[in-house]
Amino acid sequence: MMNALNLPILSLITYLPLVGIVAICLINNSRQDLIRWVAFGTSVVTFLVSLPLYFMFDCGTWEMQFVEDVPWISQFAVRYHMGIDGISLLLVLLTTFLSALAILSTWTAVTERVKGYMASLLFLETGMIGVFCALDFVLFYVFWEVMLIPMYFIIGIWGGPRRIYAAVKFFIYTMSGSVLMLVAILVLYFMNFEATGTYTFDILDYYNLGLPGNIQMWLFLAFFVAFAIKVPMFPFHTWLPDAHVEAPTAGSVILAGVLLKMGIYGFLRFCLPIFPQATIDFMPIVLALSVVGIIYGAMVSIAQDDIKKLVAYSSVSHLGYCMLGMFALNVDGLKGSLIQMINHGLSTGALFMIVGMLYERRHTRLISEYGGIMKVMPMFAALFLLVALSSMGVPGLNGFVGELLILIGAFKASLAFGMVATIGLILGAIYLLWMYRRVMYGQITKAENQNLKDMTGREYAYLLPIVLFIVWIGVYPKPFLKTMDASVDHLLETVNPRTSARMDGAKPTWLNDVVARVDFQQLAKGQGR
Amino acid sequence: MEQVMSSINLSAIAPELILVVCSLLILLIQSFAPIRLKGWYGYVSLIGVVGAVAVVLTQPQSFELRAIEYSFNGMWVVDNYCRFFKLIFLLGTGLTILISIKYLDNEAMQHGEYYALIIFATLGMMIMSSGAELITIFLGVELMSISLYVLAGYTRNRMISNEAALKYFLLGSFATCFLLYGIALIYGSTGTTSIPAIAKFIAGAGFGGPTIVMGMALLVIGFGFKTASVPFHMWAPDVYEGAPAPVTAFMSAGPKAAAFAAFARIFMEALPSLQTNWTMLIWVMAVLTMSVGNVIALVQENIKRMLAYSSIAHAGYVLVAFLSAGERGISSILYYMLAYTCMNIGAFAVITVLAGKGEQRVRIADFRGLGYRHPIAALAMTLFLFSLAGIPPTGGFMGKFYIFSAAIKEGFVGLAIIGVINSVVSVYYYLRVTVAMYMQAPDTAAEKEIPVTVFSPALVIAIFISAYGVLSLGLFPSTYLAMVKLSFLTLL
Repeated sequence: MMNALNLPILSLITYLPLVGIVAICLINNSRQDLIRWVAFGTSVVTFLVSLPLYFMFDCGTWEMQFVEDVPWISQFAVRYHMGIDGISLLLVLLTTFLSALAILSTWTAVTERVKGYMASLLFLETGMIGVFCALDFVLFYVFWEVMLIPMYFIIGIWGGPRRIYAAVKFFIYTMSGSVLMLVAILVLYFMNFEATGTYTFDILDYYNLGLPGNIQMWLFLAFFVAFAIKVPMFPFHTWLPDAHVEAPTAGSVILAGVLLKMGIYGFLRFCLPIFPQATIDFMPIVLALSVVGIIYGAMVSIAQDDIKKLVAYSSVSHLGYCMLGMFALNVDGLKGSLIQMINHGLSTGALFMIVGMLYERRHTRLISEYGGIMKVMPMFAALFLLVALSSMGVPGLNGFVGELLILIGAFKASLAFGMVATIGLILGAIYLLWMYRRVMYGQITKAENQNLKDMTGREYAYLLPIVLFIVWIGVYPKPFLKTMDASVDHLLETVNPRTSARMDGAKPTWLNDVVARVDFQQLAKGQGR
Repeated sequence: MEQVMSSINLSAIAPELILVVCSLLILLIQSFAPIRLKGWYGYVSLIGVVGAVAVVLTQPQSFELRAIEYSFNGMWVVDNYCRFFKLIFLLGTGLTILISIKYLDNEAMQHGEYYALIIFATLGMMIMSSGAELITIFLGVELMSISLYVLAGYTRNRMISNEAALKYFLLGSFATCFLLYGIALIYGSTGTTSIPAIAKFIAGAGFGGPTIVMGMALLVIGFGFKTASVPFHMWAPDVYEGAPAPVTAFMSAGPKAAAFAAFARIFMEALPSLQTNWTMLIWVMAVLTMSVGNVIALVQENIKRMLAYSSIAHAGYVLVAFLSAGERGISSILYYMLAYTCMNIGAFAVITVLAGKGEQRVRIADFRGLGYRHPIAALAMTLFLFSLAGIPPTGGFMGKFYIFSAAIKEGFVGLAIIGVINSVVSVYYYLRVTVAMYMQAPDTAAEKEIPVTVFSPALVIAIFISAYGVLSLGLFPSTYLAMVKLSFLTLL
């Protein structure tokens, strides 16, 4: 289905940043402000061009929209197939939105090699949008890997003291996961050929292929490792704190806001629909790992004395919720997981920006170096509090919507996991509020903190749009949730026709949750072997 | 299948003749023309290479799929397979010559012999790829190897270069003996050295007997040495490190491709019925070659030595393709060697730029800060390194993708997994160079002592062509794949 203007919007927003890079390369190195403006301008234009995606999006269908499909490597049957559905729409918009704000947030933080930095950020944007739009395995893999290169340079060149270690670790960790995925993709490719007699790399052709159970298991595992590293799920999360702490602010914002979502997106786009049987078989394990991640991430966050590290570990916890909701395999959980991805992108992105503001003023991220900041930066304190509350899921703000849906889904799937996950909410309140208290309240103990300036106009400019969405999604999430209805239903239909139908009808109480669990196990046994 | 048998057919060896004339011409010019013309040797040899490319492209029967033309009583074959390989060799040679012109000026060693030897080596490679019987192939191997022995020691006032030449010569001649012995055993048991005749004999006899298996094993050793596959790789690091940088670039691409061309032709055409015998052997070699090459490369400080080990590892990937002997396997060898030629010679071109007179800067640490002193060269180097590491959107990625898809198609899933894990290992040492170029502060003291080679137009063109090749092979592989697909068919 082509849009009304017949413009290939997806390709346009994917490659617009590259045009910006070309423009930047033509500018003399010394004109740093011009470089910044061109980069920001490009990303804003990209965002504006991506807006029609939302307004022209047809919420009534699960089919791919804004599709572009032309042959790319005909010898391998690789196609340039782009398109979005309810699962990827909001993620694409989040990417274009956050990219623009991230570039704005880095205005004064990076003053060396601005050209390379801005070019890397724009290149990263291309890669990220491409990942969310690609509907061909090879195309997806190309974008997925390409994106590593700019992120590697962003961390490695403009990062903190241990940046080289963090950058190389990030690169190798992610790549070791994805090469296994490549092997799995190729195995699928040839298996599909044997089954149907045609070569295709089109992702949608692999839905409902009806692969045998044991093969599904191995292929699922290969994809699982790739995506679990990216999410990152416990115990594959060790690259994340390093990368986050060392990355410059814009890098962290993008990393937390968009890159981590690719793992979740990968699960939704590949693992669930292509390996439905394996998904159900692995459900208890994934749920357990998610819950461990939630609790573990939160507890490690409590123990941090570095604000950025605290936020980084909180991501492990929050993405645990996304995984939990997704693998609850019901409508509430999945929707919650999807909306929570957006929420986490906004809240954690904003938190990293706030850490960046503090760091730019004081050049330290240690909690003990602060205290009483509220007295000198009242506006900052207000916005910080709002973002922190949204991150911990206070009603009225976005985090609540996502976490509530996820928990409903989790309770439907399993009482025990749901209850443990709820403890994570309390822990979330502990680490965020405790950190907030130590940084913002009390007396100013350090002399350097006496004369800190409150937020500048530019800082408002990139924080307020996020705050707007934080409140909007918290108060009235319907415009966001409605885009995903059809796709989520269809996805569940693909994975497990029985559950989705049953769960949709009557809202089960906690009592018949037990029945639901038994059902799942029988189902797994029945279809598994 | 159309087969033309004729005794003498000069058009079949026209590209080779052009190269012979060209190199002899250079030697003559050197003897009789005034000394001030010595800057032109390189360009004369380039004209020869371009002429050969043109002839290869227009050779008769080129557009028919299964055109095989035998000539010289079955000693010589022209098919799309060898024509594709010849284009790879000539590309490598052309790039090497472009790199060498400035390098030799710097070293004050601008002699005609250098170019003549390079072209003789190329001639050897072309004979290897076109040889339709074992003796012809052996002649090609010898012509190529002897030229390379001399080239490795070309900077004769540098001790390390002499050492490289001597080691290469001694070990190389030893390995050649194995090759010859293998040929002898096969001749002994089949009574012929012609590849189609050997195939016919083995097919007729059912099984060739132990001598032919023995001969096959000795051939594996001989070609294993020429392709620097583990455990016959010991010479490569020392030779690559000691030889002048452009020669290392040359050696790492063309001769390796030529060895694989002959290797594949003999094994796929003459000995396909022994596939069960050689599969296990090559499987072990492939795993060892990938793993040893990559693991040892991790700890190298000298970039030429690191790339030597990396080139060993790349031979391992090609062995994976070799093993998956089928349509995909063979075509992926062709594709990979083309991509490899572009990216490896490109990387060496940048090294040549940086090394300075007497190659004083070849440590990885010397690359520190290159990203800011020479942004374009560093960007090109980054591209080549990412391509070597197999990261999209580069030719290196497409090549690996092709190879591993061939392996998986033939059921070597385990081998493919070992292969991809190896390429993750390799990422570490390729990244080390980018870390040095972009993320570490330069050593300013050393910077002042040795001036960087000034860019010459020829060098820039070489880097540009390589970069173009790497990118177009990665982004728009269709054109190349179409060529590759035409090429493999004649083999099987």
